[in-house]
Amino acid sequence: MSADDPLLSVKGLKIEGRSDETWNPIINGASFDLQKGEVMGLIGESGAGKSTMGLAAMGFTRDGCRISAGTVMFDGVDLVTASAADKRALLGSRIAYVAQSAAASFNPAHRLIDQHTEGPTQHNVMSRAESEADGIELYRKLRLPNPEEIGFRYPHQVSGGQLQRAMTAMAMACRPELIIFDEPTTALDVTTQIEVLASIREIVEEYNTAAIYITHDLAVVAQMSDKIKVMLKGDEVEEADTRTMLSDPKEEYTKSLWAVRSFQRPSKPAVHTSATPVISVQNVSAAYGKVPVLHDVSFDIHEGRTVAVVGESGSGKSTAARCITGLLPPTQGHIEFDGQMMPLDYRKRDRMQLRQAQMIYQMADTALNPRKTIGELIGRPVQFYMGLTGNEKRRRVEHLLEEIELEPTQYINRLPSELSGGQKQRIGIARALAAEPKFIICDEVTSALDQLVAEGILRLLAKLQDELNLSYMFITHDLATVKSIADEVVVMKDGRVIEQGPKDDMFTPPHHPYTDLLLSSVPEMDPDWLTNLLNERGVDNIGDAAVDKM
Amino acid sequence: MNIWIQIIGILVALGVLGWLFRFAGQKATNNKPFFRDMTFGVAFGYALGAAVLLWILTTYYKAITADGQVEVNKYFFFRTVIEWFVKFSIAAYLFRLVFRYVGTAGTRKLFRNMPLTASFGIMIILVYAFVAIFAGVIAPHGQEEVFAKVNVLPGGDPAIGGDPDFPLGTDQIGRDLLSRLIYGAQNTVGIAFATTCLAFLLGGTFGFLAATLGGWLDQLVSRSVDVLMAIPSLIFALLLMTIAAAWAGSNKELLTVYMVLIIAVIDSTRVFRLARAVGLNIVVMDYIEAAKLRGEGLGYLIFREILPNATAPLLAEFGLRFCFVFLTIASLSFLGVGIQPPLADWGTMVRDLGQFINFAAFSPQTASLPLLAAGAIALLTVAVNFVVDWMLHKSSGLKE
Repeated sequence: MSADDPLLSVKGLKIEGRSDETWNPIINGASFDLQKGEVMGLIGESGAGKSTMGLAAMGFTRDGCRISAGTVMFDGVDLVTASAADKRALLGSRIAYVAQSAAASFNPAHRLIDQHTEGPTQHNVMSRAESEADGIELYRKLRLPNPEEIGFRYPHQVSGGQLQRAMTAMAMACRPELIIFDEPTTALDVTTQIEVLASIREIVEEYNTAAIYITHDLAVVAQMSDKIKVMLKGDEVEEADTRTMLSDPKEEYTKSLWAVRSFQRPSKPAVHTSATPVISVQNVSAAYGKVPVLHDVSFDIHEGRTVAVVGESGSGKSTAARCITGLLPPTQGHIEFDGQMMPLDYRKRDRMQLRQAQMIYQMADTALNPRKTIGELIGRPVQFYMGLTGNEKRRRVEHLLEEIELEPTQYINRLPSELSGGQKQRIGIARALAAEPKFIICDEVTSALDQLVAEGILRLLAKLQDELNLSYMFITHDLATVKSIADEVVVMKDGRVIEQGPKDDMFTPPHHPYTDLLLSSVPEMDPDWLTNLLNERGVDNIGDAAVDKM
Repeated sequence: MNIWIQIIGILVALGVLGWLFRFAGQKATNNKPFFRDMTFGVAFGYALGAAVLLWILTTYYKAITADGQVEVNKYFFFRTVIEWFVKFSIAAYLFRLVFRYVGTAGTRKLFRNMPLTASFGIMIILVYAFVAIFAGVIAPHGQEEVFAKVNVLPGGDPAIGGDPDFPLGTDQIGRDLLSRLIYGAQNTVGIAFATTCLAFLLGGTFGFLAATLGGWLDQLVSRSVDVLMAIPSLIFALLLMTIAAAWAGSNKELLTVYMVLIIAVIDSTRVFRLARAVGLNIVVMDYIEAAKLRGEGLGYLIFREILPNATAPLLAEFGLRFCFVFLTIASLSFLGVGIQPPLADWGTMVRDLGQFINFAAFSPQTASLPLLAAGAIALLTVAVNFVVDWMLHKSSGLKE
């Protein structure tokens, strides 16, 4: 191989998946080259074939899939036709893979270091002792706390962000020439994500490793990659180097992806101070068993307003919602609805009180009974609360489906499994609307969705709010969503409200230091953002380390 | 010592054959991935499979060309098993083929994706159901009818002690065995079905209640079930049947009702465990929370939200449980405390005809009588398990 031959060269790759006894195309001919030390970002919505493509770059396909055409040349070897033995020699030692969920990918029964040394000893790269010493060195480079000792812990004893870094260290163990990162930070909080991103970037640069970075987050990919490839439903849309791609996208689809973050609702006038709030949470404390999770939380939600509750996982956002719905009766404090005290336990609330506060869930998959048709799902609250039956019920369901922009005749008899993620979430909204509530809790409703789909849901929620004068409590960890939809913001940390106020105040300095950290950790589209941030704050003042200092 | 040398020699020969097979395959197909990536273990498996098949074919050839009564008797059971295996396979294949073109769009699609084992299972279950329902029409004689001719040999050939009226012969007191076998389907299968339904009603109700309500009710029911499960079930059933026999006195129908109740209660403990475990997984779903927050009652939660999502594992368990109940009844009858004479029952038939097995060497037809009843039990068990396996596979496939 001469010096300017690419390390990995994929040509005309076609992949098919088997369903209903026929082979359906998943990737319709993709080609790209990757030079030594080059990082390529692979972006697209779910179902675009990103992960399939990442695995195919290792000559591997999931069960029920096959590579039907094309070549994957890695350093002169075609991985598509290579024998199992040849592939075994390459995978792990020269090509490595980092999966989305490190928690699910580590074997919970073995210590981190034992799993780390498996690759190098198997491939005869290092002895067990050398590999252990090297592992500790890598942990130090990835800035894991206590690098000497952390390897002797079990996967459940370290946090999600640390586990993701340990996995990156494991992928690095044999100093591979190519690493495939499949959404390595998607499941992490913003402050943790930034730390992992910085570590990955640093170590990839240090060892001159080529990488394919798969993600649906454009801002993340802008920080990480030298060039970007955009995919849509198995087709290549375009490929260019990062700066060109960001400043001057060619294709309509890419432009629409770039434009997603511009959705912004106009600010509403300030609430009249004497108005009675729809929901008033007053000095609420709550505990799971004996473990306290909420401490003296108070906030008001006014008619026709959206209050965004933000914070990292474990900050008590969802617990606050459970207190309002009555699923977790608070140990102290009380909840007022339209100025009236609500019973704390949902079992003691009457039908009218239950009807007024509805909930939309994060995972539409588990929030809709998979054995019921859309008509039944939406029809039940219509019948239960409004007492409508027969044709009246059907008309109301059809009206609700129109409201959420789904064609009634086409969807009313389908099962949830026959809908896309965004459509399922819309059904969740319709079910909440069917009760004709005043107040809806939206628990991370867009975090499981692609950005374009999420934007559609946000627009729908905004439209419904204007039409029906609804109040939303919007729980999220995504500050971009907050910017686009919220009127007021409540920042939570460790079960306490750190700061609250109108959105415009919250997004203009001065902030509480924690709010500041949250805001500055949200990746921006500027490819220099991470570099600038690191220069400005120093590596020890980002992420968990900074949170711990507070 | 000699036998060990033989076994080792055969294994080594098979190993060499496997290696040669792989090597030849690689050469002949120009290193196709199938042969290229084949491990030695798989190659050995092919050689072993080929050797077993060869042995079966040569033995079968010997069986059909056997000369003289002694030789024929020697291969009688082997030949019967092979022939019925082929017959059943062809029948199952045809059965599947027919239903790929007959029936509603849904069933046609079902049969298109069905493995042969499952279509065999469904076919056998349908045949049993048909026989059980129409036993009175199909059977040539009544199950309690006693004829003057006792100990008629099966085969219907008067020359060797048979009688065309009784194709399977008669027992020691002159009852027609074919009719008793057919009525046995009605009694054994019917009672087993009723018992399983009762076990599911009990276990399912309590299991879902425990999962939904939790708390002290869950503790109380679960611990009681633990106590019941701690006692070996067959011994427990025997013990209770002995007590029940004393209560029922000479009333045989009452004793059968007691038996149904006893087995249902004992088996409902296993159903309870499953229903509770499945229920617990469903109860934590957001849609259950949504229904609770809507203010739905317990009945709606259990029957409209939980039950539809638990049908797949429960149905699979129903199949397995049915087999166990069926075997328990047959065992109890074999031990003499189950279904009481004069009602025909396969377990009792195995016990009554058991000594005929001694005639295997010179009259295999006679020896096959207890095996027919035992085979009827075994065939249904295998068939149900095939169907259950297929359903489990399907339901787990749907989850992906």
